[in-house]
Amino acid sequence: MNASVDAVQDAVIEEFGLFDQWMDKYEYLIDLGRKLPLIDPAYKDADHLVPGCQSQVWLHAEAEDGRVEFTADSDAVITKGIIALLIRVLSGQKAGDIAKADLYFIDRIGLKEHLSPTRSNGLVSMVNRMRNISAEYAAAT
Amino acid sequence: MQQAIAPATKTTHFDVERVRAYFPILSREVNGCPLVYLDNGATAQKPRQVIETVDRYYRDQNANIHRGVHHLSQRATSAYEAARETVAAWINAPASHQVLFNRGTTDGINLVASSWGRTNLRPGDEVIVSTMEHHSNIVPWQMICEEREAKLRVIPVSDKGELDMAAYADLLGERTRLVAVTHVSNTLGTVNPVREIIDQAHAAGARVLLDGAQALPHMRIDVQALGADFYAFSGHKLFGPTGVGILYGREELLDAMPPYQGGGDMIERVTFEKTTYNTLPHKFEAGTPNIVGGIGLAAAVDYVAALDQEALAAHEQDLLHYATGALESIPGLGIVGTAARKASVISFNIAGQHPFDVGTLLDQQGVAVRTGHHCTQPLMDRYGIPGTVRASFAFYNNRADVDALVDATRRAVDMLS
Repeated sequence: MNASVDAVQDAVIEEFGLFDQWMDKYEYLIDLGRKLPLIDPAYKDADHLVPGCQSQVWLHAEAEDGRVEFTADSDAVITKGIIALLIRVLSGQKAGDIAKADLYFIDRIGLKEHLSPTRSNGLVSMVNRMRNISAEYAAAT
Repeated sequence: MQQAIAPATKTTHFDVERVRAYFPILSREVNGCPLVYLDNGATAQKPRQVIETVDRYYRDQNANIHRGVHHLSQRATSAYEAARETVAAWINAPASHQVLFNRGTTDGINLVASSWGRTNLRPGDEVIVSTMEHHSNIVPWQMICEEREAKLRVIPVSDKGELDMAAYADLLGERTRLVAVTHVSNTLGTVNPVREIIDQAHAAGARVLLDGAQALPHMRIDVQALGADFYAFSGHKLFGPTGVGILYGREELLDAMPPYQGGGDMIERVTFEKTTYNTLPHKFEAGTPNIVGGIGLAAAVDYVAALDQEALAAHEQDLLHYATGALESIPGLGIVGTAARKASVISFNIAGQHPFDVGTLLDQQGVAVRTGHHCTQPLMDRYGIPGTVRASFAFYNNRADVDALVDATRRAVDMLS
């Protein structure tokens, strides 16, 4: 049984609470970005590309038994680090939960600017795509 | 012709600390660090004189222009038209009615593409741009070329970031109607040999539009000495307000061009049978303009004009050379754009690192740079890179800003590698 979306978010917030220096936070993100399991190269194509002005993101989703698993990649490592967090929170959750998740952890760990529409790094579009895929799957099952 | 850029060894003194005191924003902090503002190519900060002019206008002078009999309207009209005179004098336009107010460089280029292009381009005609153009000096020409069945030709750029002038000479031909190139590259900093470009174009019977958005903030421009047919620039990069720009044009060309937009102010007489148009510059200024923007821009020009231009140029070249040397000492760092003649703009990449990551870590340290393709995707494709980190300096930047950039970049590299 997976921990709920909010339980995972709370755990991430607690982890980030340990960092009082911006450098520590970003070093952690860079580390997460490096560890992010790379997406199957077959999915790094135009269909899976979430276009962004600054950095590009590729997202692949697989749904089974009402849950959606995500793998993703980006050409920028900090973007990848944030993707790793989003995947940790959302991947493997029930499709309906993903579609309606309130991602409050982003703001609480001080990364809100990365998910602002003006940042145009593909993350906002990625989150929207994660939600849409899940909502469609939830509606179809 | 632009003022000669003094060599780095020039000893003329430019009191940068005194200048900085006029720019209130430079004393603020970002992410707990003193702001190091190196994104001047995107927009420049504003001196107190501009901020106070804008404030005073809304407090004391605000009224619509060109149509009121009342006192405030007449004062606002006078101030707006005086602003036009100020800008005209600064770029040495023969007459102020050749200086059109608009929203910015993009707006000016679109005006020429739409109005001049629609009446002058025939099927098979050619428009020449260059690989280093900003999208705003590419897309308007693509659009009008498609509409008029004209052809867009492109001057290639060398590895160093200079225009291939031999290729340019080959591109010029009897079908060339217009050459639209940037005076200074926003991404590379290259100062293009625009006088030569114009002379060759004119010899081939073509007109020339210069995108001066990145030139005006660094050098004084004389549109007559250059011989430009059209010259477009933005107010906000020239230390003035956002949302205002200038298009200079040769009088006979502007006179012959149809209006760009219809509306108030641009008409002489409107009937449902036939509308006749106002004279220059009003023919091209439909609707209530950015009045305070124009007046604020003039305040910016007055401010810049009062500075010692030679010392200012020498100071910026000093920053360019100092920063180039310091950045090049960082292992793995490569500068994109190493033309012999550059304005104080440095694009760079670090081997194995995405510019977005570097820029994000610089921002965390209070250093404001731009990352990405800088609206020059064909140029990024030319170099096979997704983007660059760009530090663009203004005259109010100092060597301490360069040191902060270099320290922050070193730290970013340490974290990323």
